[in-house]
Amino acid sequence: MADRTYRAAPADALRIEPLGELTAIFDRRSMQTHLVVAPMPQILDAMGADACNVADLAARLAAAFDLDAAEDARSILAERLAELATMGLVARA
Amino acid sequence: MRHQARIAVGPVQFRIGSDWPEPIAALERLYADYPRDDARPADATVRLFAARPWRRWVRPSVHIGGDFIVPDALPLPLSMGLLAAEMGMNLQVALGWRRHLLLHASAVARDGRALIMSGESGSGKSTLAALLGEQADGGDWRLMGDEFTLIDPVGGDAFAFPRAVSLKNQAIAEVAARVDAARLGPLLAATPKGDIRHLVPRADAIAAMHEPARPALLLFPRFGGETSVERMGEGEAFVRLTEASTNYVALGEAGFAALTRFVRETPAFGISYSDSAAGLALVGQLWAEAAR
Repeated sequence: MADRTYRAAPADALRIEPLGELTAIFDRRSMQTHLVVAPMPQILDAMGADACNVADLAARLAAAFDLDAAEDARSILAERLAELATMGLVARA
Repeated sequence: MRHQARIAVGPVQFRIGSDWPEPIAALERLYADYPRDDARPADATVRLFAARPWRRWVRPSVHIGGDFIVPDALPLPLSMGLLAAEMGMNLQVALGWRRHLLLHASAVARDGRALIMSGESGSGKSTLAALLGEQADGGDWRLMGDEFTLIDPVGGDAFAFPRAVSLKNQAIAEVAARVDAARLGPLLAATPKGDIRHLVPRADAIAAMHEPARPALLLFPRFGGETSVERMGEGEAFVRLTEASTNYVALGEAGFAALTRFVRETPAFGISYSDSAAGLALVGQLWAEAAR
């Protein structure tokens, strides 16, 4: 599968509130509340304002987390990015 | 409409109109001791009406209307007009109120702090709140409401909505044994919600209905089964309260902010109990810990 590039929602569009193991994200554009668990908030944080593909993201997260075998981590990140895209929290760049 | 009443419950001023005198007369009796200000504009309108003019007399059936309607709600017989009025009042508040985050929860307060109980119908939240509000010994609980609790989105305080408590089935005898019969409404037998009898809150609870209370403890009671207490995390409490709020979505970011703050500041527990005495004991124990 091609390594798609995504960009996270602008920081001022989201209100992110950690609530124990869950994180509640309010999207000011859609007025929707999303409840997510790790690694979703970490992915959004790592993306910042930049256009990122899975390889970029894996490299950024590896600096902060102990990522397993590169291929495995990449397929998981690709799935999570697709899920974030479905929620509207990231979009294809 | 032909027959009208104005009733203020907490911050909500209702205007209730009816095609028949009976539901209005029953409401006037039930809410006789509530403060009244007939000049104040209504926040919510409830209409109890006959679908066809002749249905005022022939097998009279009460349809519930107002600012908001539930299109396929079945009408009720006139003998249940008081229940129709209550359902109409709940509906208008549930769908129309925007000044507070509305939680489908009962609440009692003590020393300016609120115990809030959320749960499905049958969880016992109404009965526990009613019993706490009547406790003679070790009491001093003020009933804030058996159905809705209002949370101020700015300050985070809880506000009361002390409508007449809707006692159902076994709870009727349990509460009736402890209160003056003058505070009970007529028995509405075999309604779609079972037997119902309304309880007028204590006079001090009505007098204090505008006083805020700081949320101090959040419980999710479950009636039946072994006694148990389980601490609930902020995330789960948040999810459950979004489901228990009728206006969370409508309030947008204000609702989100109010609810995240509420679950962070208020310790939450799921409790199971086999009877009211066990439930009251659990509540007392958790309150003692929370109030420390």
